[in-house]
Amino acid sequence: MISVRHLEKWFNDNHVLNDISVTFETGKTNLIIGRSGSGKTVLLKSIVGLHEVDSGEIWFEDVLFNKLNFTEKKNIRKEMGMLFQGSALFDSLTVEQNIQFPLDMFTDNTQEEKIERVNFCLNRVNIKNANKLFPSELSGGMKKRVAIARAISLKPKYLFCDEPNSGLDPPNAILIDALIKEITEEYLITTIVNTHDMNSVIEIGENIVFINEGSICWEGNKDEILHSDNKILNDFVFANALAKKLRNPQK
Amino acid sequence: MIKFLSQFGRYFLLLKKVFSRPEKPYVYYKQTMHELVYLGFYSVGIVSIISFFMGAVITLQTAYNTENPIYPTYLIGLGCRDSIILEFSSTISALILAGKVGSNIASEIGTMRVTEQIDALEMMGVNSASYLILPKIIATLLFFPILTLLSICVGILGGWLAGTSAGVITSENFIYGIQYAFIPYYITYSLIKTVVFAFIITSVSSFQGYYVDGGSLEVGRASTKAVVFSSVLILLFNVVLTQLLLS
Repeated sequence: MISVRHLEKWFNDNHVLNDISVTFETGKTNLIIGRSGSGKTVLLKSIVGLHEVDSGEIWFEDVLFNKLNFTEKKNIRKEMGMLFQGSALFDSLTVEQNIQFPLDMFTDNTQEEKIERVNFCLNRVNIKNANKLFPSELSGGMKKRVAIARAISLKPKYLFCDEPNSGLDPPNAILIDALIKEITEEYLITTIVNTHDMNSVIEIGENIVFINEGSICWEGNKDEILHSDNKILNDFVFANALAKKLRNPQK
Repeated sequence: MIKFLSQFGRYFLLLKKVFSRPEKPYVYYKQTMHELVYLGFYSVGIVSIISFFMGAVITLQTAYNTENPIYPTYLIGLGCRDSIILEFSSTISALILAGKVGSNIASEIGTMRVTEQIDALEMMGVNSASYLILPKIIATLLFFPILTLLSICVGILGGWLAGTSAGVITSENFIYGIQYAFIPYYITYSLIKTVVFAFIITSVSSFQGYYVDGGSLEVGRASTKAVVFSSVLILLFNVVLTQLLLS
C-alpha cells in the first residue's frame, strides 16, 4: 500500500500539487487521471522520488519514503518497477540486456539464472525471438512490453506506469492495459497508472483518482465514474462526441 | 555572476555524485571497457590523420621560414619534434577530441535525459551520474595519453615524410634533429596536460548533457556548449599548466 498525505509541490510560482492525500491499495490497479498538465506525472514522479516534494508525506507501507536518504531509498527502489511514457529503454542495450540490467545491478545471480529470468519476463509479456534486437528495431507496443518486462524483472512490490498506452493503437493499448492488470493481480503488486485514456479507465480502473489543476477533484471506481455528477469530471470523461452521444443517446 | 556560481557549484556536486562508490564494480568495469573502445579506440583514426598532416605542415613551415645558412637543417627536425611534443599532440589533439568526444558525450547523456533513460536508472536505485560518467572519465584518462603518444609518433612521421619528399631536409638530418637535445620530461609534461584535458573534456561535456532540460533542440545546444566550454577551459589550463610545469 502507498499513502500520500498532504503533498505540495511548487515549480517556482506554479503550484503544481495542492494538498494531495490519497491511498493506493495493494493488488489493485490504481489510476490517476486528469487532463494534460493537471499534475499527474508530477504526482507520480514525486511518489517514486524523482521529484523532491515541498511538503507532505509519502508512505510505502510503514516507511516514510520522502524523508529517506539516497541509500535508504535505494532499498525501496529495488522493489519498484516503472514503465515510462516513452518506454525509456536503454538505446545502447539489446532487449535482453535491458531486462538483465536491474539483475546485473542488484542481484548476485549467475548469468544462466539471469537469462532464465529474462526469458521468463519476456514470455510473460508475450515477446518471442527479440532478445538480440535493439530498442530502435521494436514497434511502439513491443517497446512498452519490453519496458514492462524490465520493470518486473526484480519481482517488484510496486509498479508505476506513466501513460502506458500513449501512442499505441486501440488493440495494442488494450493489450498493455490487460497485461498491467494481470501482472498486478498475479504478483499482488501495488500498481499506479497515470493516464488520460478513457479506455484504460473503463478496462482496468479499480481505484480512480481524478486530478484537476493540481488538486484531487474526485475519487471512485470504473462503475462510479460513469454516473458521477461532478461537472469537471464529466467534462473530462465525456469530452469526445462518441462519449457524449452514449451518455445522452436522445441528443 | 550568480548563474555562473550556481553552475559552478552544480558541476562540483555532480562530480561528488560521480566519484561515489560504484554499486557493482563488475558492471562499471564492463562499461569502462565499452567506453575505452567507443571514446578512445574510435578516435585513433581522426587523431592519426590530423597529427600526420600537422607534422607535415610544421616541418614545411619551419623549413621555409628558416632558410638561412646560419641555421643547421637538422633544426627543422628538432623544431618539428618539440612543437609536436610540447603543444600540438596534447593541446591541438585535445581541442579536436573536445569536438568529437565532447559533443558525443553531451548528446548521448542529453538524449538519455530527455528520453527519461536517466530517470529510469534513478528509479531503479542506480546512481545515474556515477554509472554514466565515471566509466567515461576513467576511459578517457587511460586512453587519451595513448592517443597523445600515437599523435607524437605519427606527427613526427608526417614531418619526416613531408620534409624528405619535398627535399627541404635529408632523412639523416631530420632523424638527427629529432634526437638532438631531447628532453624526456617534455613527454611527461605533454602526458600530464593530456590527462587534465581528458578530465575537462569528459566532465564538462557530461555536465552539459546531464542537466539538459527540454527536447532535441536543447540537446543540440548542450552539445555545442560542451565543445565551447571544454575548448576554452583547455586553452586556459594549457597556459596554467605550462607555467606550472615548465617554469
